[in-house]
Amino acid sequence: MIGPGIEITLTLNGESIRARVAQGDRLLDFLRYGRGLTGTKEGCGEGECGACTVLLDGVPVNSCLIPAWQARGRSVETVESVPEDELAALLESGATQCGACTPGVVMTAWWVRRNRDLVDAHALRELMAGNLCRCTGYDGIIEGLEAWLESAGADAGESEGGA
Amino acid sequence: MTVYLPGSLVEALELRARHPTATPIAGGTDLGVHWPQRMAGDPGDWLDLSGVSELRTHTWTDDALVLGAGTTYWDVIRNPKIAEALPLLVRAARLVGAVQIQARGTWGGNVVNASPAADGVPVLMSYDAVLELRSRDGSSLVPLSEFYLGYKQMRLEPGELVTGIHIPLRTYDFEWFEKVGSRSAQAITKVGVAVTRRAAEWRVVANSVAPTVCRCPSVESLLAEERPVSGPSDLAPALAADVSPIDDIRSTARYRAEVLARILYWGLRDECPNFT
Repeated sequence: MIGPGIEITLTLNGESIRARVAQGDRLLDFLRYGRGLTGTKEGCGEGECGACTVLLDGVPVNSCLIPAWQARGRSVETVESVPEDELAALLESGATQCGACTPGVVMTAWWVRRNRDLVDAHALRELMAGNLCRCTGYDGIIEGLEAWLESAGADAGESEGGA
Repeated sequence: MTVYLPGSLVEALELRARHPTATPIAGGTDLGVHWPQRMAGDPGDWLDLSGVSELRTHTWTDDALVLGAGTTYWDVIRNPKIAEALPLLVRAARLVGAVQIQARGTWGGNVVNASPAADGVPVLMSYDAVLELRSRDGSSLVPLSEFYLGYKQMRLEPGELVTGIHIPLRTYDFEWFEKVGSRSAQAITKVGVAVTRRAAEWRVVANSVAPTVCRCPSVESLLAEERPVSGPSDLAPALAADVSPIDDIRSTARYRAEVLARILYWGLRDECPNFT
């Protein structure tokens, strides 16, 4: 840890928490090593691949690019917060192969799922373009996501993702 | 390593004056890359602007849109009024990274990161944007086209922050931005160009082909004078006077020069009767 750390408050997966973060920690480090939320993966570490995607104030971001102290006062949602039954359509369509990209894919997809008006203005592939799949399983991912969007459940407009 | 966390613009400017060597950071899409390596060396001090909400607003005046420097690409993409008034802002924003980057990257950050490959800068410059610089002691306005002095060199004094971007609201006859990268998303530009026209007044602004994003005055004159152009190669002499592409990890000087001429020719052909 560089320096004594910084005390922050944030909302993590719906729970208000207070935490001390190291000056040099990324949001990704804080989630994985500070909170044990290891669902969020590190891929490239340079904001390219999207494996570390979490929702910050309801919108997908790369947690590898964010100093942890920038999460103060914000809401952070990780893959652990996504209800399991919501993922059935993705499982059924085989929208996952090796799984390295999956937590990030799920978070971006979860954002689309809760903000369905996004697909009126944007192609699904454009919305998902920040999540790279090295297995190149894009057709399965898009197919699963389309099925998921058509299925019932999830409150549209629950988050502020479109704002 | 000290991190300063201002909660207001006044506080940010005070900290900026007192700690001019602290690096301002907003969305972190450039500075956050390889963050652990940065921290392992001499991380320096940081001035976090992400908590300064005044920077994230935008206002409409009678004749301009004033974008707060902390406005993100995503803020612009989701704003139908901006799409209508200044469509190139939305076009460029949609070609930056993908949502994860668009939601964090700021217009002010794109300007002061001073990358020759910045995608937000060409469209702003093609709209004659003017930067608002503020320090604890006052503010000034600098045209974006005069802001860059050389590679990563800017007209920005210690103690100053870029706080706003004034974009004149005008009616254009033609507005266009093209970006060439390895793919549509998540790619850094190999060659890019923004063009606007009002009557005979042209702005041609290129990125990734010079030490800074730059206007192309020779091409602008060629277009204004309606000199005959019968193919991309007829644009090459004017372009050679305006830009100086190099070989680097993403492309080559030759590719950049040829492709810039081609995208300009094919992009402007329908707009210019002198293009045959």
